[in-house]
Amino acid sequence: MLLKEAKEILDAEILAGEEYMGREVKAAFSCDLMSDVLAFVDDKVLLLTGLTNLQVIRTAEMLDLSNIVFVRGKRPNEDVCRLAKEKKMVLMGVRHTLFEASGLLYKSGLGAIEIEGE
Amino acid sequence: MAESEKTIKLEYEVGKEEFSKAGLASSNIKKVLNQIGIDAKVVRRVAIAAYESEINIVIHSEGGKITTEISHDKITVIAHDKGNGIENLEKAMTKGFSTASNEAREMGFGAGMGLPNMKRTSDQFSIESSKGAETRVEMIFNI
Repeated sequence: MLLKEAKEILDAEILAGEEYMGREVKAAFSCDLMSDVLAFVDDKVLLLTGLTNLQVIRTAEMLDLSNIVFVRGKRPNEDVCRLAKEKKMVLMGVRHTLFEASGLLYKSGLGAIEIEGE
Repeated sequence: MAESEKTIKLEYEVGKEEFSKAGLASSNIKKVLNQIGIDAKVVRRVAIAAYESEINIVIHSEGGKITTEISHDKITVIAHDKGNGIENLEKAMTKGFSTASNEAREMGFGAGMGLPNMKRTSDQFSIESSKGAETRVEMIFNI
């Protein structure tokens, strides 16, 4: 799914990286636990989260993950947006809950990531 | 000195409870690895492990440092803190076990995945610690 399609589906506001909306994501991962994001997620994944602190951007950076949607009407502060812009990331904000935003994307064909077995 | 014996050494201090700076060391390590042309998949694994180490030092220790050594065939990341040690290493290595503070949890950590993540991403992992002592984690990544 292209990010601009995700933006339409979620009625999202772009907070950073407007020039990269032509990027494609292969799957999405919805989570507020950055340790789990670090454990399970690869690049080309859209991250949906309710956390808006600097560590979300740092976590994404380590994974080469460049696309993040903040849910529940939460917005990161300027420092967070600045770091994201520096790292060429796309940040979007939506009013939906994590469940609803995930459901809307899933219904439109964006799938889940695969969790590797033990 | 032969070309194959050259090593690059990076060392970063990591402060206790410096949440806003957490990730800076790992970010720099990642940048250097990318600059010298290390394979992107290896860089990502090193970055994840270094970042988890950094977060652990910030959350759990009295401060410490992260040392990275890059040689022709491997990358070694050593996270060494000033204490106060891990009481039960077996428990600490169990997915889901955590002693993190509420502040750490609010940042999205403290899920009990840090040490297991570090072990998973590295080719060799060793940890030395005991209650009241320093903790030293060594991770090796083959290039």
